[in-house]
Amino acid sequence: MSVQPFLIAAAGLFSIGIYGILVRRNVVMVLLSIELILNAVNINFVVFDAMLRDAMLQGQIFTIFIITIAAAEVGIGLAIVLMLFRNRKTANINEFDLMKW
Amino acid sequence: MVNTNLISLLAEGKPTFTDGGIAAEYTWLIVVLPFIAALIITFFGKYLPLKGAEIALATIAFIFAFSSYLLYLNVIEGVASEFYINVGSIGSFDLEFGWVVDGLSIMMYFVVGTVATLVFIYATNYMKGEVRYTFFFTSLTLFAGSMLVLVSSPTLLQLLIGWELVGVCSYLLIGHYWENKENSSAAMKAFITNKIADVGLMIGIIVLALSTGTMRISEILYQSTHDYQSLKSVAYLAGVLLFIGAMGKSAQFPLHVWLPDAMAGPTPVSALMHAATMVTAGVYLLARMFPFYQGMASQALDVVLLFGVVTLFAAGLIAIVQDDLKKVLAYSTVSQLGYMVAAIGSGAYTAALFHLWTHAFFKALLFLGAGSVIHAVHTNSMREMGGLRKEMPRTYITFIVGTIALAGLPPLAGFFSKDEILASLNHGGFSTYFAIAVAGAFITAFYMTRAVVLTFFGDYRGSGHPHESDTMMTTPLLVLAGFAVAAGWVNIPGVYTGFTDWVTTRKNPIIEYHPESFDYFALSSGLIAGLVGIGLAYYVYQILGKPEDGDQKIKIDSVWKLLENKYYLDDFYFKFIINPTKSTLANIVDKFNTNILDRTVNMFGIAASYLGNLVYEKFDQGGIDRALNASSSSTDALGARVKLLQTGKAQQYIMYFLSGVIVISLLILLVL
Amino acid sequence: MEIVTNNFEFLENGLGLSLVVFFPLVSAFIVAILPKKQELLIKLTALGSSLITFILSVIVAIQFDYSKAEQFQLGSKLSWIEAINSNYEIGIDGISLPLLLLSTFITVLAIIYSFEHLPEPKSPKGMMALILILETGMNGTFVALDLILFFVFFELVLLPMYFMIGIWGDKTMRSVAGLKNEVETRLYASIKFFVFTLFGSAFMLLGFLGLYFRGAKTFSIPELIELGTSGAFTGTFATLVFAVLFLGFAVKVPMWPLHTWLPDAHTAAPTVGSVLLAAILLKLGSYGFVRIALPILPEQAKAWAPAIAILSAIGIIYGSLACLAQTDLKRLIAFSSVGHMGFVMLGISSLTSIGINAAMIGMVAHGVITGLLFFLSGSMAHTYHTRDMGRLGGNMKLLPKTGALLGFTAMASLGLPGLAGFWGEFMALLGAYNPLPGLNIAIFRTSMVAGAIGTVLTAGYLLWMLQRVNLGEPNEEWKDKELHDADAYELAAWIPLVILTILIGVFPKLIFGSTNDAVISLVTKAFGG
Repeated sequence: MSVQPFLIAAAGLFSIGIYGILVRRNVVMVLLSIELILNAVNINFVVFDAMLRDAMLQGQIFTIFIITIAAAEVGIGLAIVLMLFRNRKTANINEFDLMKW
Repeated sequence: MVNTNLISLLAEGKPTFTDGGIAAEYTWLIVVLPFIAALIITFFGKYLPLKGAEIALATIAFIFAFSSYLLYLNVIEGVASEFYINVGSIGSFDLEFGWVVDGLSIMMYFVVGTVATLVFIYATNYMKGEVRYTFFFTSLTLFAGSMLVLVSSPTLLQLLIGWELVGVCSYLLIGHYWENKENSSAAMKAFITNKIADVGLMIGIIVLALSTGTMRISEILYQSTHDYQSLKSVAYLAGVLLFIGAMGKSAQFPLHVWLPDAMAGPTPVSALMHAATMVTAGVYLLARMFPFYQGMASQALDVVLLFGVVTLFAAGLIAIVQDDLKKVLAYSTVSQLGYMVAAIGSGAYTAALFHLWTHAFFKALLFLGAGSVIHAVHTNSMREMGGLRKEMPRTYITFIVGTIALAGLPPLAGFFSKDEILASLNHGGFSTYFAIAVAGAFITAFYMTRAVVLTFFGDYRGSGHPHESDTMMTTPLLVLAGFAVAAGWVNIPGVYTGFTDWVTTRKNPIIEYHPESFDYFALSSGLIAGLVGIGLAYYVYQILGKPEDGDQKIKIDSVWKLLENKYYLDDFYFKFIINPTKSTLANIVDKFNTNILDRTVNMFGIAASYLGNLVYEKFDQGGIDRALNASSSSTDALGARVKLLQTGKAQQYIMYFLSGVIVISLLILLVL
Repeated sequence: MEIVTNNFEFLENGLGLSLVVFFPLVSAFIVAILPKKQELLIKLTALGSSLITFILSVIVAIQFDYSKAEQFQLGSKLSWIEAINSNYEIGIDGISLPLLLLSTFITVLAIIYSFEHLPEPKSPKGMMALILILETGMNGTFVALDLILFFVFFELVLLPMYFMIGIWGDKTMRSVAGLKNEVETRLYASIKFFVFTLFGSAFMLLGFLGLYFRGAKTFSIPELIELGTSGAFTGTFATLVFAVLFLGFAVKVPMWPLHTWLPDAHTAAPTVGSVLLAAILLKLGSYGFVRIALPILPEQAKAWAPAIAILSAIGIIYGSLACLAQTDLKRLIAFSSVGHMGFVMLGISSLTSIGINAAMIGMVAHGVITGLLFFLSGSMAHTYHTRDMGRLGGNMKLLPKTGALLGFTAMASLGLPGLAGFWGEFMALLGAYNPLPGLNIAIFRTSMVAGAIGTVLTAGYLLWMLQRVNLGEPNEEWKDKELHDADAYELAAWIPLVILTILIGVFPKLIFGSTNDAVISLVTKAFGG
C-alpha cells in the first residue's frame, strides 16, 4: 500500500489551513484553519505509523495527544475570541493590533 | 689644634734665628683683635664718647706695640716660625689658616702698625663731623685686621682671604661718601679691577696647590728650591698668574686705573691703604714667593721687571699733568710701586722691600700732608691753592721733607732705597731699564716739585682763609717726617745693613745680590736725575713766573692730551670691555633668555595646550565621541524603520514566518 | 671600655630620622584642623613643630658617628611595597647630614619670618601648613635610601610650592614671549614651575625603573651603589638611564639651558617661597647627582662629565651676564642662582673629592646666602611695593639695617673669602683644574677659566646692584613715605643666617668635617680614587 495519496491529502489539507490562516478575516475561521493544519499533521503521524508498523504505536499516541491539545486550544482560543468580540464588537482579525509596539 | 711647625728641612735660610717664643705664639692676637674691635665698634661705637674711635685707636696702638716688640726681637736675635690651624680637609688637601712670624712679616706688621696708628690719630680729627664717622673706624679697623691676615698668612689660602678682604675694606672706604655716584663708581672700579687680577692670583694658587699638593707657602718654596718636577713644569705659568694678582693690588700698568680713582675716599684712607700698606700687598706677595720665582720661575721675573719698569715710567708721566693734588700722589704711588716691582723683577728682594718700607712712611706723610691742605682749603685742585707755606708752616715743612725723601735726595729715606733699586738694575745688566728708572727718578722729582710749588708757593688763589690744622693732625705728620728722614738709615751699604738681615730672616733661602758698598754710578745717576728734576721744576714753576702758568711753558699739546687722558686706557676699557659686557653682551643673553629659551619653553606649553585642544576637539569630541553618538542615533533611526514591520497583525507575522521557512528551506535544499 | 651615656638612644634605628621627616607632616595636619580664627595658635604650633624638628635633627647630628661618615647611619629598613620590593629605607651619611640640617634650619627661619610678613591673602593657616608639608618633602628626600621613596618625597615638594606661588604670588600681569595676551605672573610661574619640574622627574622615574629591572630587582640605593660600582650597568642602557636621571636632576638644579622656570618662579613667589626654593629645593637636584647618578652609574658619569662641565661653565657666565641686564631685584638674584649652582655642578662634574666637597659646601653656602638675599629682597619689595631697581636707591638711608645686611650678603654672594660663598667657588675651580684622571683636561681647564671669569662678572653685577639699590641719594618718591626698617621677626630670621655665613666662612670644617670622608669614599668606590 502506498502512502503517497495520504500524504498528498495531508499536504492539501495543510495548504488549505495555511491559506485559511492568511486570508480569512474572521478569527473563528482562522482558528478553524489552525485545526485543519493540526489534522494534516495527524494524518501524517497515522500514515507513517502504519507504514513503519511501530510496535509501540507512537504515531497514533501522538495523534491522540494532538487531538486532545487541539481541543483545549480551541476551547481557550474561542474563549479569547468571545471576550474580544464582547469588548470590540467585532471578530475581524484586522481590527486587532494589540501586539503592536 | 695649634701646631708649631718647625720643619727642619726648611731651615736653610738664615742660620741664626729663634722661634720667637711666646710673642710669636701669640701673634694671632694682633690678627684677630681688629675683627673683634670692628664688631664692638659696629654695635656699641655710637654710644661711646669718641664714637668708637677710641676702640679703634686702642686696638691699633696694641698692634703697634706688639709689632714693635716683634721687630725688636727680630733685630736682636732673628725670628722665624710658623703656626697652622686646620680648618677643614677636602680630599687629601688640608685647609689651614695660621700665622707666620718671620723677618718679612714682622717688617709688614711694623709698617702696618706704625702707619695705621698715625693715620688713625690723624683721622679722629680729620673726619670729625663727617657722615658715618663710626662706620669709618669700623672699616679702618677691619682693614687693619685684613691686612694683618694677609701678611701673616703661612698658606696661600689665607693669603687669598686677606687679599680679598683688604679689597672689600678698600671698597667700603673708597665709597665712603656713597651718596655721590662718582664715589661709589670709583669704589666699584677698584673692586672689579682687583677682582680681575684676583682671577690670576686664584688660578695661580690653584696651579701651585695642585702641582705641589699643599697650600703651605713654605712647603711650596721648599719644593721650588729642590727641583720638584711637577712644580717646575708649571712654574712659569704660576709665576705669571701670581704676578697678575700682584698687578691688580699693586696697581701695575695696565691694571693701575683703579688707584687714582680710589682717591675718592677720605684722605686718611688714601694715606693708609692706597699708599702705605694695601697697595704693597702685591710686592709683599712677590717677596713672599721670591724663592719660588728665583728657583723655578726666573723667566716670570722678566715679565715682572718689564711691567714694573713700564709702570714706573708711564705713571710718573701722568703725575706731571694732574691738577688734583691727591691724584699727583696717587700716580706717584703707582710709579713707586713700579720701582718696587721692578726691583723684585731684577732679583733684588731686599731692595724692593726696603723701598716698600721707606715709601710707606714718606708717602703716608705726603698724603696726610695733602689731607691737611685739603682740610684747610676744601678742594683737591691745586689751581685753587698756592702760598700755603705761610698759613700752614708745619704742614709745609713736613710736606717738603716727604717730597725730598720721595725725590731721593740724601740723607732722606728715599735716597737709600731708590739707590739700591737702581744699583740692582745696574748690577743685573738691565741697562735700558736702568736708564728708564733713572728717567723715572727725574720725573718723580719734577712732578713733586711742581706739586709743592703749586700748593705752597706763590699767592693763595682759592677763597676763604686757610689755617694750619690742629695738633692731632700735625703730630702724626711730624712723626712720619721723622721716619721719612731716618727710615733709610737701617740699610746703608757698607755702614749698617740691618734691614737686609731683618727681611731675610726666613725659613726659605733668599739668594740675592746685595750691594756691599754704594754703586757710585747708580748713585750719582739717580742723584743727578733727582736734582735736575727739582731744579727744572722749580725754575719753570717758580722762577719763570707765576706757578699757575708753569704748565703752559712746557706744554706739548698732543703729549699733554695723551697724558691727561691717561693713555686712553679707561676709555679703552669702557669702550671695549665694560660696555660690551654690561650692555651688549648682557642684553644679548637676556634677550636670548626671554626670546629663545623662554620662548621655546613657552612654545612647548603653547604647543601642548594646542595639542590638547586638538586632541579634545578633533579626536575626542570629533572622533570617538561622535562615533559613539552616531552609533546610537543610527540604531535609533534603524529602529524607527524596523518597528514599522511590527504591525501587531498576526497574519502578517505568520507571513513573515512562512517566508522565512520557505527561504531557509530553499537554502537548505539548494546548498545541501 | 668607655661607657657613653646616651639619653637619646631611643631615637636611633630610624625613629629619629622618621620623626624629622614626618613630624612636620603631622603638624601640618594639626595646623590644618585648628580653627582659622586662632591665628596666633596656628603660628605658634607651626613654629613649635619646626623648632622640634630642628632640635631632632640636631640630636641626629650629634648621634651621627663622624668617624664613619661614609656609612649610612641611624636608619632603618621596613617593608613598604612588597610587590615591587620597595622598602621604607632611610639613613644619613656625611653627604646628606649638612643638607638635612640646612633644611630644618631654614624652615624654622621661614616660619619666624612668616609670623608677621605674609602677602595677601594673609591666611597664615594655609601658608604654615604648606611650609610644614614642604619640609617633610625636603627632609624626606635627604634621608630616603630607596628610589621610590626618594621619588615620592622629591615630588612631594612640588605641590606646596605650586600652591605657595599660585596663591601668595605676584598678582601683576606680565607679557610672555610667544603668548599674545598678558597673563598673571603667579599663574604663569606656578604652572611653569610645576610642569617643568614634573617633566624632568617623569623621565627620572623612568630611569629608576630601568635600574630596577636591569639591576637586582631592587630600589635600594645602597644596594644599587654596590651593583653600580661593580659595573653592573653598562652600554646603551646605562647611557640612557644616566640621560634621563640627568634630565630629572638638571631641571631641578637648574642647569643651563633648563633653568628658565627659575627666574619666573622666584620673581613670582612670595618671600618665604623663594627662600625655601633657593635654599633647599634647588639642592635636591644637585644632591640627586651626588647621591644617585654618580655612584650608581660611574662609567656614564665619566662620559657625561665634560658635557656637564661645559653646561656649568655656560651657566656661570650666562647667569652672570643675564644678571647684568636685569632691572628686577628678585629676578637678578634668581639669575645669580643659576651662576652659583653652575659652580656646584662644575665641582660635581670634576668627579674628584675636592670638586664634590666643593659642591657640598657650595650647596650649603648658596642655601644660606641666597636664602638671605631672597629674604632681604622680598622684604624690600614688600616695603617699597616695587622690585624695580631703577626706582630704588639710597636704601642705606631709608632702611639702614636692611641695607647693611644686603651689602653684607651681596659680599658673601660674590664669594668673598672669609664668608661661606668663597669655599664653594674656589674649591670648585680647584677641583676643575685637575679633574678625575681620564677626563678631558682641556675642557675642564677651559671651564675653570670661564668659572674664574664668572667670579669677576658675579662681583660686577652684585656691586652694580648694590650701587643701584643701596647707595646714592633716595629717589624723590620715597621722601614722604613712611618706610619701616627690619622688625624683630625679620631680624630674628636673618641674623642666624648672617652668623652661619661667617661661621662656615671662617671654619669650613663645619661642613667638610661631615662631608669629606663620605665624599672620599664615594669617589674611591665609584671612580677608584
